[in-house]
Amino acid sequence: MADMIEVLLWRGKEDGRYQTFQVPQRENQTVLDVVSWVQRNADPTLSYRFACRVGVCGSCAMTVNGRPRWTCRTHTSRVVENGRLKIGPLANLPVIKDLAADLQPFFEKWQQAKGVFAPSKTRADPVETISPASAPRIAADAAIECINCAVCFAACDTVRWNEDYLGPAALNRAWTLVNDVRDAGNRERLAAVAADGGCHACHSHQSCQEHCPNKLNPTASIAGLKRRTMQAYIRGEL
Amino acid sequence: MSPRARQHTAGHRRNALWMAAMVHRLSGLALACFLPLHFLALGLAIDGEARLDGFLKWTANPLVKLAETGLVFLLAVHMLGGIRVLLIENMPWRDGQKNIAFAALALACVAAFAFLLRAV
Ligand code: SF4
Ligand code: SF4
Ligand code: FES
Repeated sequence: MADMIEVLLWRGKEDGRYQTFQVPQRENQTVLDVVSWVQRNADPTLSYRFACRVGVCGSCAMTVNGRPRWTCRTHTSRVVENGRLKIGPLANLPVIKDLAADLQPFFEKWQQAKGVFAPSKTRADPVETISPASAPRIAADAAIECINCAVCFAACDTVRWNEDYLGPAALNRAWTLVNDVRDAGNRERLAAVAADGGCHACHSHQSCQEHCPNKLNPTASIAGLKRRTMQAYIRGEL
Repeated sequence: MSPRARQHTAGHRRNALWMAAMVHRLSGLALACFLPLHFLALGLAIDGEARLDGFLKWTANPLVKLAETGLVFLLAVHMLGGIRVLLIENMPWRDGQKNIAFAALALACVAAFAFLLRAV
């Protein structure tokens, strides 16, 4: 193992540049460890974002050697190429500063896709029993573990090329709710995801699935939405 | 530099399925470019037998045969790629899409090769 990694970090906003640092390579070191090392030992003005450090909060995603990744669970041993690490902010989002991308557009699209639970009952109603073995619940469970990291959003060229596209995560979230039998908002939700920039804009190239750190498959969820919206259209509900 | 095109963010394209989508798109574009030529040939048939015969003779040229082989490949790869996407979008999910995409590519190559063998 080489002793030092040549680390190039994006500095500034959109019109920034890469700055090079030499960081000692350690065993079991993550990309987030590298970034933190720079901030603590070389330049305290470096801006980046993280919270949990264990792959739960979804706040640490960055572009690492050209690909979006969750940095707290990406070991340097897996991604260093020729002793080099190039780390930038997530793509397809505005840059706040250095390695911190602005996730606002990403979350706005969750709202647009009606990715919010719409209750069908009040607190006076009894709690509904849902069998984990029922088909809708299996479909929802397969897509539910999203940590909102926006890695898929950064890996999707449809997001890059079509400003209105809702993106893999928002549509994946909508799919979990479409399969939630307690939810009462599906008519509006299906209309929202069938509109321009919705599920039918997806090209099924699976970059989102390939990069999702939680091994989710937004492409499959979006394909589900394509079928569900088509059925709703045929039934005259859209 | 626009935020939508920062240079350092294209690594996600080093991926077989992204390439499959590109092959599908580019083969479609190439076929669309060929279409006018196709209509021209059909037009010749309406124009009269002699001109069509002349044209057909020209297509016996080995270089033209080679180009036609390319065309067969484009058609096959575009059709099979399209069927793969249709299946993804209309049928329950199937894993192993990379293998399916490679199989489509292999089949298109076989079809083009078979055409070339028959042509020579
Ligand atoms: S499959 Fe759809 S959502 Fe996923 S990367 Fe491709 S276009 Fe984007
Ligand atoms: S679907 Fe995966 S990659 Fe996309 S935001 Fe959720 S956890 Fe991250
Ligand atoms: S810091 Fe929470 S997921 Fe990486």
